[in-house]
Amino acid sequence: MSNRGSRLLWLGTGLTFALLYAPIAVTVLFSFNAPRSRFNLIWQGFTLDNWVHPLRDAALTQAFLASLSIAVAAALIATLLGGLMALALGRFRPRGHGWVEALLVLPLTNPEIVLAASLLNLFASAGLQRGALTLLLSHSLFCLSYAALTVKARLAGLDRQLEEAAQDLGARPLEAFRRVTLPLLAPGLLAAALLSFSLSFDDFVVSSFTAGDLVTLPLYIAGAFQREIAPQIQVLSTLVLLVSAGLLAVGLRGEQS
Amino acid sequence: MSASPASARPERRRPTGPGGRRRWLPWALLAPGLLLLVLLYVLPLGALIPLSLSEQLDRFSLRTVFTGRIQTYSEVIALYGPVLGRSLRFAAASTGLGLLIAYPLAWTIAFRGGRWKAALLGLVVLPFFTSYLVRAIAWTTLLADRGPVLALLHGLGLIAPLQHLGVLVDGRLLNTPAAVIGGLTYNSLPFLVLPLVVAMERIDPLLLDAAADLYASPLRRFLRVEWPLSQPGLVSGVLLSLIPAAGDVVNPRFLGGPNERMIAGSIESLLLVQRQAPQAAALTLLLTLLISVTAALLLRGRKLQELPLP
Repeated sequence: MSNRGSRLLWLGTGLTFALLYAPIAVTVLFSFNAPRSRFNLIWQGFTLDNWVHPLRDAALTQAFLASLSIAVAAALIATLLGGLMALALGRFRPRGHGWVEALLVLPLTNPEIVLAASLLNLFASAGLQRGALTLLLSHSLFCLSYAALTVKARLAGLDRQLEEAAQDLGARPLEAFRRVTLPLLAPGLLAAALLSFSLSFDDFVVSSFTAGDLVTLPLYIAGAFQREIAPQIQVLSTLVLLVSAGLLAVGLRGEQS
Repeated sequence: MSASPASARPERRRPTGPGGRRRWLPWALLAPGLLLLVLLYVLPLGALIPLSLSEQLDRFSLRTVFTGRIQTYSEVIALYGPVLGRSLRFAAASTGLGLLIAYPLAWTIAFRGGRWKAALLGLVVLPFFTSYLVRAIAWTTLLADRGPVLALLHGLGLIAPLQHLGVLVDGRLLNTPAAVIGGLTYNSLPFLVLPLVVAMERIDPLLLDAAADLYASPLRRFLRVEWPLSQPGLVSGVLLSLIPAAGDVVNPRFLGGPNERMIAGSIESLLLVQRQAPQAAALTLLLTLLISVTAALLLRGRKLQELPLP
C-alpha cells in the first residue's frame, strides 16, 4: 500500500481511538472536579478532595459493596455451572449436544429487557420477594452462557492426547483431569469468571427489574442522575478502569509468554 | 466420584462409547446449568405467551387470569408501533454508523497490527470495562449545550450545515435523535470490531499472497478476498450490535428527550410504573419476534454457533 494510504489508515485509527477514549477521559478528568452544584457535570476547578475521600458518600459505598458481592457470587456460580457444561459438551459430545448448545446461545440473541421482563413475571408469579436472591439468580443466568462458551472455546484448543497420555501412564480419569486438564483449562476458567464478574458488576437493566429494594452500583448511579452526581462516582469508575487495565496488561503478557 | 472398573477397559478412550458411565456422566455435568437455563430462561420466556393473552384481576396488580384476549396485541401495536419502529431504525442507524468506524479499525488491526495486534484489541475493549452508565453520564457532559463537542463543531463551522441536516435541533445536541444514535453507535464498536478481527484473522495469508502474486491491486484484493471472507464476522458483529441497541434503556433515557423514547423504556414503564403485565408481555414478545426475524434474515442458513464470537 502506498505511504499516503498507510498514513491515512493510521490517522483514522487514531481518531477512532480518540472517540473510544473521549468519555473515559471525561470521567477521569471529572474525578478531580470540584463541582459547585450537586451535579458533577460541568468543570469548575481542580481538587484532590474526591480522591482523598473516595468513600465519603455512604450510600454509594454501600451500593459499590453490594455490586461487588453479587458479582463475585454470580461469577463463581456461572463459571462453575458453565465450566461443567463446557466440559460435558467439549469432551463427551453426548447425543443431543446440539440442542444444549443452541439453548446456551439463545439468551445472547435476546435484548436484556426481554430477560428482565420475563424474570420479573416469573418472580412475581412464584411469589418470590425480590432482593439479593432473585438478583443473584438472574445474574447467574445471563453470565452462564458467556462463561460456558468461553470455557468451551478454551477446551476446543486443548490437546486431548495429553489427558490420554496421563491415563496411559496410569493416572485414573479423575486424577488425569485434576492434574492435566484442569491446569490447562485454568486460563479459560479465569477468563470466564472475569467476564461474568464484569457483566454482573455493570448490569443495569436486569437488576432494575429483579433487585427489589437492593441497590447495586448501576442502580445507584441511575438514581443519582436525577438526584446528585457525586464526584466519587467518577473516582470509583477510574479505579475500576485502572484495575481492568492492570488485569488486561497481565493477560496480554501471559498470552505472549 | 470413584474410579469405576470400567475405566480400566480399553473403551475408555472412546468418548461416546457404550460404557455405562460415559452415558450419564455428561448429562450429570450438564444438569445444574440446564436446570438454571430451563427454570429462569425457557419457562419464563414461554410464560410470556399465556400472560400476553391474559387480563389483569385489577388495575396495578401483577396478578392476571388467562382469558385468551388477543386484542391486547392490536392495542399494543396501535400504541407502541411508532416507538417499536423508532427502536429498530435507531438500532439499524447506529449499527450502520458503527460499521463505518469499526470496519476500517478492524482491518487495520488484523492486517497491519503486527505484533501490536493483541494490545490494540485490548485498547479497543478497555473503555467498555467502565460502567455503561458512567460512560453515558460522560457523554452528557461532552454533548452539553456549552460542551466540547458543540464547541468543536462551532470551530469547524459545522453548526449551520448540521442544523440544516437535522443533526442539531435548535443548535443543541443533547435530547436529539442524533445523540441517542451516537451513544448507541459508541457502544456498538467493540461488538463490531472483535468478531470482524476474529474473522479476518481466519483468512489464510496464502490467499492474500496468491492474490498479490497474480497481480491483484490492493483494492482488488480487498474486494475479492478480504471483504467476502470477512462476512461471517460482519454478520456476527451486526447481530451483536443490533440486538442490544434495539433493546437499549440507557441511551434514550440519558441522551434523548421525550421524542427519542425506545421500546425497552416503554416495556419498563408498562411493567414497573403502569403495572400492565399483559401489555408488557405482548410488547416483549413482539420485540423478540422482530429481532428473531431480523437475525434469521441476516444468518440465512449460517449456524449461530459457527459464527466468530469475541
